Amino acid sequence: MSNNLVVRFAGEGGQGVVGGSEILAAAAAAVGYHILTFSTFPSQIKGGPAWGQARISTEEILSSGDELDVLVALNQYAYDHNVEELSSTGFVVYNSEEFELDDPRAIGLPADQMARDAGNPRAANMIVIGAVAQLADFPLGYLEEFVTKRFSRGRPGDEQIIEGNIKALHMGAEAAKELGMSLDSLESPKSIEGERILIKGFEAACLGAIAAGLDSFIGYPISPATTMLVYMESNLHGSDKFVGQASSEIESIASLIGAGFSGKKVMTSTAGPGLSLMGEGLGLAWMAEIPLVVANIQRGGPATGLPTKTEQSDLIVAINPGHGDMSVPVIAPGTIEEAFWAAADAVNWAERYQGPVILLSEASIAERQQDILKPDMSKLVVENRSVSDGSEGNERYKGDAVSPFPVPGGPGAYVANGSEHDEQGDTTHLPDVHIRMTERRFKKLELLMDGHYEAENTDSSIALLPWGSSKGPTYAAFQSLRSKGEDIAWYYTMYLNPLPTALLDELLSKDLVLVPELSYLGQLAQILRAKGIKAEPITQYTGLPFKENVLEARITEIVQERAGRMLVS
Amino acid sequence: MSKRNPEYDFKWCPGCGDFGVKRAVEAALTDRAATLSQPIENSVIVAGIGCSGNLVHLQEGPQPFGIHGIHGRTLPIAYGLKSSRPDLNVLIVSGDGDFLSIGAEHIGPQAKRNIDVTAIIMDNGVYGLTKGQASPTTEIEVITSTTPYGKLDDPSRPLETYLAAGVSFLASTLSTQVKAMQQLITEAMEYPGFSIVHVQSPCTTYNDNYAALKGNEKEGILPMAYPIEEGHDAGDIDAAYRLARDSRIPVGIIYKREDSIPAHERLDLARERTGATQKSVEELFQTMAI
Ligand SMILES: Cc1ncc(C[n+]2csc(CCOP(=O)(O)OP(=O)(O)O)c2C)c(N)n1
Ligand code: SF4
Ligand SMILES: [Mg+2]
Repeated sequence: MSNNLVVRFAGEGGQGVVGGSEILAAAAAAVGYHILTFSTFPSQIKGGPAWGQARISTEEILSSGDELDVLVALNQYAYDHNVEELSSTGFVVYNSEEFELDDPRAIGLPADQMARDAGNPRAANMIVIGAVAQLADFPLGYLEEFVTKRFSRGRPGDEQIIEGNIKALHMGAEAAKELGMSLDSLESPKSIEGERILIKGFEAACLGAIAAGLDSFIGYPISPATTMLVYMESNLHGSDKFVGQASSEIESIASLIGAGFSGKKVMTSTAGPGLSLMGEGLGLAWMAEIPLVVANIQRGGPATGLPTKTEQSDLIVAINPGHGDMSVPVIAPGTIEEAFWAAADAVNWAERYQGPVILLSEASIAERQQDILKPDMSKLVVENRSVSDGSEGNERYKGDAVSPFPVPGGPGAYVANGSEHDEQGDTTHLPDVHIRMTERRFKKLELLMDGHYEAENTDSSIALLPWGSSKGPTYAAFQSLRSKGEDIAWYYTMYLNPLPTALLDELLSKDLVLVPELSYLGQLAQILRAKGIKAEPITQYTGLPFKENVLEARITEIVQERAGRMLVS
Repeated sequence: MSKRNPEYDFKWCPGCGDFGVKRAVEAALTDRAATLSQPIENSVIVAGIGCSGNLVHLQEGPQPFGIHGIHGRTLPIAYGLKSSRPDLNVLIVSGDGDFLSIGAEHIGPQAKRNIDVTAIIMDNGVYGLTKGQASPTTEIEVITSTTPYGKLDDPSRPLETYLAAGVSFLASTLSTQVKAMQQLITEAMEYPGFSIVHVQSPCTTYNDNYAALKGNEKEGILPMAYPIEEGHDAGDIDAAYRLARDSRIPVGIIYKREDSIPAHERLDLARERTGATQKSVEELFQTMAI
């Protein structure tokens, strides 16, 4: 028996490979398994190599998985480019109408013909899923239940579609059975306490922001952040709420400044190219002290880069998105649950310190689907900016830190000014005012240094500190290393700027802090070194997330090489 | 120098056209507050970057709110502000460079949305604050610091640009006619939709065209500016285009679309039509229940 199943559907964009993996995952989730999906595809609507992967487990899942138990290959290219990730006990299911394979582990199915025979030409995916289920000894009943639920939409023809799909599942399973191959069967799911939901990362982030009282959302479409704009357009529409599509990211950020100034809680979503365009606007929000949240969903590369791939290469630009002296607060969730809380915190932080906050996520988290326990709303804290009652007169920028925010329509009229300004917001060039106001803006960050962080085995002098999506695979590697007796510490936080003060203190005492991150530069490691921490990155820049075993091997190598060096010296 | 803040260190040059615009804005905002019995704090001035934008710091008497942001972005700032708070009165003050050069990309989208804000453009045919470079409205062949051979580009024709973009209300005036300008600003603010008041506001330091605007009767030079005749039908877009294409400067209301539904009302109507209501986070989670 095995407790883990990884299935990859590989083919071309438009062939339903992502849909295939999501149906399998959703069916497994419905019967009590933990699931996590991951997909990758080129930036085009039809064609180009694409794959969707489902990991199904009886245990909590930390990453999209290392080796494939089943590879579904819809064309030769998909086979050629994915088969090396197949486990030694794995199988390939392929579309024998497209190509022929000479591989003893491969099962060819004429899926399109079989789907037509089943009476539903669109059920080729179901044929394949039936075969996969058979291979993994995954009860077809689970899938039947799921298909029935999914297609019972109260429309004429539902029944026929359900029937065709169920028939397709069975035909696929029969075909696989005839070939007499099978994987280690999957253990039955464990019972999970509590209310579970099946949610994608971008949905969790949107809901976190809505829960914290978001009023306005304005954005411009860009992969992989468009999903947030689309979700908000159809889910944030109370009478005092506003969602709009801007004409560019320059418009998005400028309009958020207007909206944030008006007293509202506001947010946009974007990715690298859009964040670059927002640089000047974010500087204005910092200078004029306007609360707002930019969700930046990282993708690969400078310029247009790798629009649909995942990377962690925007940390430095998130902290310093524009010219001049500023340091924008950044919260980067590492899991889907954290995406919910991070978004709520981002809205709260913007209110608390009155300025821009970046919610820094990644394609692989935003698009991932996972089963989680419904967030415990009793733990939700909603913060609201302190509002001026007029007792400061027109002096909105009075004092050496946060001061009450005058809301238009109420007392305390001032000019929210992007030029250096005095207390009333009038432009000035006087050195003593620039010194005073610069220090005021940085001092406000002290309100954000109490963030939570995780710490384990803290006595060790070598520590791991991943960020964002690298958390899951790094934690899996950490657990494995610990079980092998390796002495290594674990630290993690989603509050990347400013870092929690207590965490900084702990890291400063370490001999080595290893930072797994998906970029060439190793940006968090760079930032930590600037703070005097002996940090070294473990980098990968493939456009894909880390694998647990690869990461474990690289950590082991560094730690052993170090131990060797210490023996010699 | 702003009376409320003696430390503020910006000054306009003597004779700058923007002084007249400032007085008209002050009077229009104070009057509006009195007429509607609303506090002046219900008005927000969104200012561009340029000599013109500094108007926001120079308001005397009761103070409206202000945003003095970054170069060229008054329109999107106003879009977010008005969309989130339709109850506020939003007034833009901007220059020909700020609005028609770096900010030009925003005119079309806001006109099509029909955001209910009023933009006052102080056109001096030059970049004043950066000391005299060519702007979109600088005439051809004019020598400036960036056009040593004389300007090579054809000048932009803002009135025509606005109409083509779909602006709902358009007026054109001169900075010297303070009372009349105040009236136009008031009417523009009352108008439900995107309104522009384009003001010829000469720069005495870098492009002093007062003489040309006024003309000289004695020397037989016709004034550039002339009042729009009584019979003009501002609801007629063709008549509006004829005025906007005139090489001289018409003064008065050029266009006033009659069936204007501003952006925030369109949203309210759409929500009413579709019955869209806000679901609680709990309800949204329920849609994801396994
Ligand atoms: C992004 C950016 N580019 C350039 C500038 C420099 N700049 C400031 S004002 C200005 C031109 C202003 O011209 P106009 O809008 O006509 O205003 P005026 O001073 O004539 O009233 C420029 C280019 C800037 N502040 N920001
Ligand atoms: S430079 Fe021109 S526009 Fe600027 S204040 Fe002087 S006269 Fe006015
Ligand atoms: Mg100008």
